[in-house]
Amino acid sequence: MPEGSTEAESGTQRRTPQWGMAIDLDRCTGCEACVVACSSENNVPTAGEDQSAKGRAMHWIRIDRYYEGDFPNIRVRHRPVLCQQCDEAPCEPVCPVNATYQNAEGLNVQVYNRCIGTRYCAINCPYTVRFLNWYPPEWAEPLGLQLNPDVSVRPAGVVEKCTFCVQRIKRAKLNAAAEGREVGDGEVQPACVQSCPAEAMVFGDLSDPTSRVAHLANSRRAQRLLEELGTKPRVFYLERAD
Amino acid sequence: MALTVATAGVGGGPVGHAQVCEDLVARMPGSSPRYLGAVAVCGGIVAWALFAWVYQIANGFGSTGLRRPVYWGLYIVNFVFWIGISHAGTLISAILRLTGAEWRRPVTRAAEAITVFCLMIGGLFPIIHISRPWFFYWILPYANERMLWPNFRSPLFWDLTAILTYLTGSVVYLYLPLIPDFAEMAERCTGARRRAYRWLSLGWRGSDRQWQALERAMKLMAIVILAIAVSVHSVVAYDFSMSLTPTWHNTIFPPYFVVGAIFSGIAALVVVMATLRKLMGLQEYLREVHFVNLGKLLLLMSLIWGYFTFSEHLTTWYGNLPTEMDVFQAREHGIFGALFWIMVTCNLAVPLVLLGVSKLRRISTTVACGIAVLIGMWLERFLIVIPALSTPHLSSVSGGYVPSWIELSITAGTFAAMALLYLLFVKAVPIIAMWEYEGEPAAR
Repeated sequence: MPEGSTEAESGTQRRTPQWGMAIDLDRCTGCEACVVACSSENNVPTAGEDQSAKGRAMHWIRIDRYYEGDFPNIRVRHRPVLCQQCDEAPCEPVCPVNATYQNAEGLNVQVYNRCIGTRYCAINCPYTVRFLNWYPPEWAEPLGLQLNPDVSVRPAGVVEKCTFCVQRIKRAKLNAAAEGREVGDGEVQPACVQSCPAEAMVFGDLSDPTSRVAHLANSRRAQRLLEELGTKPRVFYLERAD
Repeated sequence: MALTVATAGVGGGPVGHAQVCEDLVARMPGSSPRYLGAVAVCGGIVAWALFAWVYQIANGFGSTGLRRPVYWGLYIVNFVFWIGISHAGTLISAILRLTGAEWRRPVTRAAEAITVFCLMIGGLFPIIHISRPWFFYWILPYANERMLWPNFRSPLFWDLTAILTYLTGSVVYLYLPLIPDFAEMAERCTGARRRAYRWLSLGWRGSDRQWQALERAMKLMAIVILAIAVSVHSVVAYDFSMSLTPTWHNTIFPPYFVVGAIFSGIAALVVVMATLRKLMGLQEYLREVHFVNLGKLLLLMSLIWGYFTFSEHLTTWYGNLPTEMDVFQAREHGIFGALFWIMVTCNLAVPLVLLGVSKLRRISTTVACGIAVLIGMWLERFLIVIPALSTPHLSSVSGGYVPSWIELSITAGTFAAMALLYLLFVKAVPIIAMWEYEGEPAAR
C-alpha cells in the first residue's frame, strides 16, 4: 500500500522526500502519450465507446485544450491535468471514512479498500481528477492481458485517481535501500514522465534544492493550477508569460 | 392550559370525550377493498423501487445516470428534500405547542408522523447514494480491533450524527402524546390488539402524576426538538457549503436550508391534512381555520424564502466571479432556466396571490399552494445540486446529467413509501390526538 518506506527498510535515518512534478506547457504538444502510458501502467480500465460518451471514461491524466483568439488566428494550448497532490487537499477532510489522506512524502493517497463511494472527494476536487469505478473493471481486448502486477485492480464502486505512480516510487526506494544509498534525482519516473516525447514533464523531490523539479518549481515561469483556492498543489506548470 | 382540561376529560369521562374517541376510532380505516387497494398500489411501487435499487447494486453504479463531474444526482436532491419536509412536522408542532397556539390540536400528530416517516425515507438516501452501500456502517463510530474510526471532520459524518439524533428525538416526540391514546385504544380492543396497545401504553393509567410527567416530558422534548431540527438542516447545508464547488461555498446556505425546510414542511403538512380529511372524513376536525392558519404560515415562509433566494442570487451576480457566474448562467438559461422560473412561480408567485389575497385564502387554495410549494422546493434542491456540479472550476470537464430509470423509480418509490407508511399509521393509531382534542376550544 501507498505508505512510504520505513527506517527499518532503509537502514539509516534518511530525509523524507517530498514528491512533486513540473510540467512545461511550452514543450507540451498535446500528443497524449502520457495518457496512454498512465492507463497501461496503472491498470486503468477502458470504459468503451458508449460509456465514454456518457462521461464515464477514466483517465488519471488528461489533456485540457484551450483555444485562444478567433478563427483563423487560433492558438491551442495544452495542459496535462492529473491529481495535483495538494498539500491542502479539499478531497481529504470530506471523506467520512478517511479513505484518502496525505502521507509523509506528500502523496495524496487513496485507500481503495476503505472507500465506500460517497464521491464527496470527487465533487470537492476543483480539478475533477477523481474517478468512480462505475462497473467492475474491464479492458478492451487484449489490454486485459497486460495488467501491471505491481498495481492493484480496483473493484466497482471505489474512487481512484493518479498516485504519482507510487509503485515506481516504492521500487526505486527499495532498490536504493538495497544498495545503501539515497534515491537519486530522476531515478523515479512516473509513466507519464517517462513517456513524454517532448520531455515536458519532470518528477522528483521538491525538498531537495538541487533536484531538477525543485529548480523548475522555483522558475519565474512556474504557476500552479487554481492556486487562488489555496489547495497548494504539488504540480507546477511552466508557461511563458504573455 | 390544555393539559388540565384534558386531565379532567380523561378523569371525568365527559360525554364529549367519549364521543370524540368513539368517532375517531370509528374513522380509522378497516380492511375495506379501497384501503387494501391503496396499500397494494403503494406497496407495489415501493417493491418496484426496491427492485431498482437491487438492480443498481447488482449491475454497478453505472446503471444510474450519474457521470463525471455530476457525481451527485437525484439521490442527494431527494435526501435534502425529504429531510427538509421532515421539519414539517416536529418543528411546527413544537413551535405551536410552545407558543400555545390552541388551534394546532388536531394537526400536531399528523405533523409529527410526517417527520418520523420523512426521516426514515430521507435517511435511506445516503445509503442508496453510496456506490458500496454494503459498507455503509463504516461511517459509524463503532469500536473495532483495528482502531479504524470515521473521519470526524467530514460533513457526512456530522450528517449521520444529526439525522440519527433527530430521528431518535422525533420518534420520542411522536410517541409521548401517543401514550394516553394507546391506553384508550386498549380499552376498545380485544385479544392480541388489546395486548399490543396495552404494551405500547407503557402502563398508562391516567393518574395525575402521569399526566404531569407527560406534560413535563412533552415540553422538554418540544424545546429539544426545536434546537435539533434547526441544527439538522444546517448540517445538511454544510454538506454543500463546506465544499469548494462554485455557488455552494457560501454562508447563506444553513439558514436558507432551514427556511426552505420549514417552508416545504408546512406545504407537506397541508397536503397530508387535506388527504386525510378527504379520505377519512375528518371535515369536523380539520376545519377551514386550520388550513387558513397554516396558509398564513406558508405565506410567511414563502416571503422569507423569496428574500433568501433573492439575496443569494444577487450576491452571486454582483460578485461576478467567473466560476460562480458559469453556474449562475446555467441556472438562468436553457432547461435549468425553465426549471428555475417554475420554481419561482411555485414558491413565490402562487402563494403570494392565493394566500396573500385574503378573499382567496380557503382550504382549496391552501392545498393548491401546498402542492405548488412541494414541487417548487424539490426543484430548488435540484437546482442547487445539479447546475453547480455540471459546471465545475475547470470548464474542460463540464457535463450534463440525465437521471436513469433507476433513479426515477427510486424517487417515485419514496413518495409511495411515504403514503404506505401513512396508510399503515392511520390504521394503527387515531391520527388526531384524542386526549388533546378534548381540550379544543369551541370552533374559533
